[in-house]
Amino acid sequence: MTDLNSYLILSAGVFILGVIGVVTRRNAIIVFMSIELMLNSVNLTLVAFSSFLGDATGQILVFFVMTIAAAEAAVGLAIIIALFRNKQTVNIDEINLLKW
Amino acid sequence: MVTTLVPLIVVFPLAGFLFLGLFGSRIKNEALIGTLGSGAVGLSFLSSGWIFLSMLAWEVPDRTFSIELFPWIASYTGNPASFVSSISYRIDELSILMTLVVTGVGFLIHLYSIGYMHGDRGFWRFFAYMNLFIVAMLNLVLADNFLLMFLGWEGVGLCSYLLIGFWHDRKFDVGGYKPGTATTSDAAKKAFIVNRIGDVGFLIAMFLIVDRFGSLNFESVFGAASVLTPGNVTVFWIALLLFIGATGKSAQIPLYVWLPDAMAGPTPVSALIHAATMVTAGVYMVARCSILYALAPDALTIVAIVGAATAFFAGTMGLVQNDIKKVLAYSTVSQLGYMFLAMGVAAFGAGIFHLMTHAFFKALLFLGSGAVIHAMHEEQDIQKMGGLRAAMPVTFWTFLIGALAISGIPPLSGFFSKDEILWKAFSSDYGSPLLWVVGVAGAALTALYMFRLVSLTFEGGPRYDAHHVHPHEAPRTMTIPLILLAVLSVIGGFVGIPESLLGGNAIEHWLDPVFQRAHARLELQPHDPDVVEYILMAVSVGLAVAGILAGRALYLRLRDLVEQWQRRFARIYNLLWNKYYVDELYDAAVVRPIVTLSERLLWKWFDVGIIDGVVNGSAAVTAKVGEWVRRIQTGVAQVYATVFLAGILLVVTWLLFR
Amino acid sequence: MNIEVVLFVILAVTFVGSGIMVITRRSPVLAVLYLILNFFALAGLYLTLQAQFIAVIQIIVYAGAIMVLFLFVIMLLNLKDEEKLIEKISARKVLAVGLSAAVLLEVLYIIWSATPAIERNVVKAEELGSVEAIGKALFSDFLFPFEVTSIVLIVAIVGAVILAKKKLD
Repeated sequence: MTDLNSYLILSAGVFILGVIGVVTRRNAIIVFMSIELMLNSVNLTLVAFSSFLGDATGQILVFFVMTIAAAEAAVGLAIIIALFRNKQTVNIDEINLLKW
Repeated sequence: MVTTLVPLIVVFPLAGFLFLGLFGSRIKNEALIGTLGSGAVGLSFLSSGWIFLSMLAWEVPDRTFSIELFPWIASYTGNPASFVSSISYRIDELSILMTLVVTGVGFLIHLYSIGYMHGDRGFWRFFAYMNLFIVAMLNLVLADNFLLMFLGWEGVGLCSYLLIGFWHDRKFDVGGYKPGTATTSDAAKKAFIVNRIGDVGFLIAMFLIVDRFGSLNFESVFGAASVLTPGNVTVFWIALLLFIGATGKSAQIPLYVWLPDAMAGPTPVSALIHAATMVTAGVYMVARCSILYALAPDALTIVAIVGAATAFFAGTMGLVQNDIKKVLAYSTVSQLGYMFLAMGVAAFGAGIFHLMTHAFFKALLFLGSGAVIHAMHEEQDIQKMGGLRAAMPVTFWTFLIGALAISGIPPLSGFFSKDEILWKAFSSDYGSPLLWVVGVAGAALTALYMFRLVSLTFEGGPRYDAHHVHPHEAPRTMTIPLILLAVLSVIGGFVGIPESLLGGNAIEHWLDPVFQRAHARLELQPHDPDVVEYILMAVSVGLAVAGILAGRALYLRLRDLVEQWQRRFARIYNLLWNKYYVDELYDAAVVRPIVTLSERLLWKWFDVGIIDGVVNGSAAVTAKVGEWVRRIQTGVAQVYATVFLAGILLVVTWLLFR
Repeated sequence: MNIEVVLFVILAVTFVGSGIMVITRRSPVLAVLYLILNFFALAGLYLTLQAQFIAVIQIIVYAGAIMVLFLFVIMLLNLKDEEKLIEKISARKVLAVGLSAAVLLEVLYIIWSATPAIERNVVKAEELGSVEAIGKALFSDFLFPFEVTSIVLIVAIVGAVILAKKKLD
């Protein structure tokens, strides 16, 4: 039962959960966490393919994705901190200065 | 020699116009300006005189030739139907005669203007415009194709506008306007616009000519026309439309209304343009296109009827006018009617003959009236004149000669030309006794109103305030042209003494080759002089004498009787005094509707509503759409992410199911 | 029903369940904790795929570092379960969930119709997933990206410091 398809389905499901989290939640930090969820589900796909196809490239890619995800999380959280200092909120709906 | 002189005829006044137009404002010396302006026309006259004298010595076929200066429009369509129109001048018996009249009388009037316009601020401008007018008129009569003639036609219309409105701010009552509101510019506008209405006819006729004959060159068109048979519908319409153009330019019914109002301009302008030359352009044009009219006898009839009606009709209106120039204006309309009557009965030579003699005595009469106006310090109402004979003898005697000439008293020039027309109206295959009756009645009226004018202006006692107004004779620059024109009015008729009076009728023989094609087509029967002719001659002279005597009697001794009649026949008198309310009719029927239509429909509805509406509307729509579209930018990142998602969905769906 | 399958199912359920919890908790701290659980489950899944190195890295980097960072930030900002952040159900959210479900269905369709059955070579996979193999590949074929990531990390560090710094007046 643990064939490739099940891993892929699993990954797709969690990815969509991440998407729902991104477009639904108002708290910026939760949105970030949903983004991490999405990234991880993609990692799962890559590793699954790498394992089943016998190619190490997938896992190398996962390595780099993790690195970049770490960097992005750091910078993103720094932005949130800076934002919080100015607007005293992490509510995304209130951060709309580019509104028409 | 001749070939170089031909273009020079036009170049002299053109140079005059350019020089005076560009530098005239800087020249302070009036004599210099006057000499330059008159000299240009004078040189033109000498050149055309030389050419004329040379032509006398040549054989008849050699007298007709064209000189091309340069091609104007050349459109080659690839197939045989290409169209070329060039600036080229045609010299033949008719055009050289017209040129002599235009430049000769024009020169005398230029000379006169030196004295008349003395002290005017726009002295240089006047002479510049007058020279330009001569250029345009010469182009008209010397043109060898319809297009160049039309150029001259429009050019004289332009100069007429410029010169009528020369004193553009002066108040002048124009027919169709409320009294006291119009200025001379309105008169100028009216002249130009009414002319334009006629020009539509001319233009459409030109289009038809190009369509039918493939060219606008006289020689080509008339050559092709001469082999056609009468009754061709297109030729009829061409002839009729050309005549409509002529009614505009030559002030016939129904487009004569501009000429009396054109008296707003200075008197030399009235003399040159509205008596001797421009208004005769229509007559010249009909004469030039004689073959076309010969091919359309119905058109000839229309011309004759309109001419005769105008001759009589205008005479009735001239009878009650009190402005000295307006009387002469209606007289001009009336005499032009005679010229068209002549054309209409296929007496083309007679019409041109009358054109020539009329130029002499009408110019004389106008210039004389100008002298009177100057002497009376710009007073033009003849009811306030009288007794000027003693104060201005030269003016009086020359004016009298002009009046006798126009009344048709032998042996002055007017007798020979007018009588020829009347005789041809009666006897020609294309005339009728009825036309003769109308013509002779008009002649009687002419004598009557002319001598009313003479009596009220020069004879009797002064009806002006003799303490404040001291009329004196005009200066020599004005009287010399008067004398010269008087001489011409006396002897000018001798070139056209008919066979019945033992003359050789030189002028008509001279012009014969021009009308040859038409005469061949019309198959006119030459008449031997017979008793009827002498009887008719006697009748017309008798009526003229009666008119003169009646005019003198009524207005010198029987003034009370005249006033009594004015009261008794008040309705008729008012009808004539108001010029049959024609101006008011045109205003109500044509002018007001067009103005209202333009304002309401074209301006307010179409221009403001539709065009501005479309432009403003598209801007408004764009703004509205922009307002709607900008709402996409909510500023909230998640909304953008949702849209992202929708896009992904669409793309994936498309990729899956294509 | 061998142990593999059971293990997979347990890990999968944990994976999905904690994911749902992450996106639905009101308190950010709870969400972080559930995310950590998520990462552990994921590491387990990696192990079932014989990706040892990645599994360990997952725990060390993600669960160990990144989530700690999240917790630090939450505590720094002193976020509580504020009234303002109570989620309301709006049209946009319903639409988004609907679209997401649609996308999920499509992806599932793709997976179902496209992927052929592939046999896994466990031994080879085990070899591939070892530290040695990954290390070899990193320092030979993928050397350049490896070095570039070091620069990326430096940039990220500097950027984060600058962004989060209190402005010196």
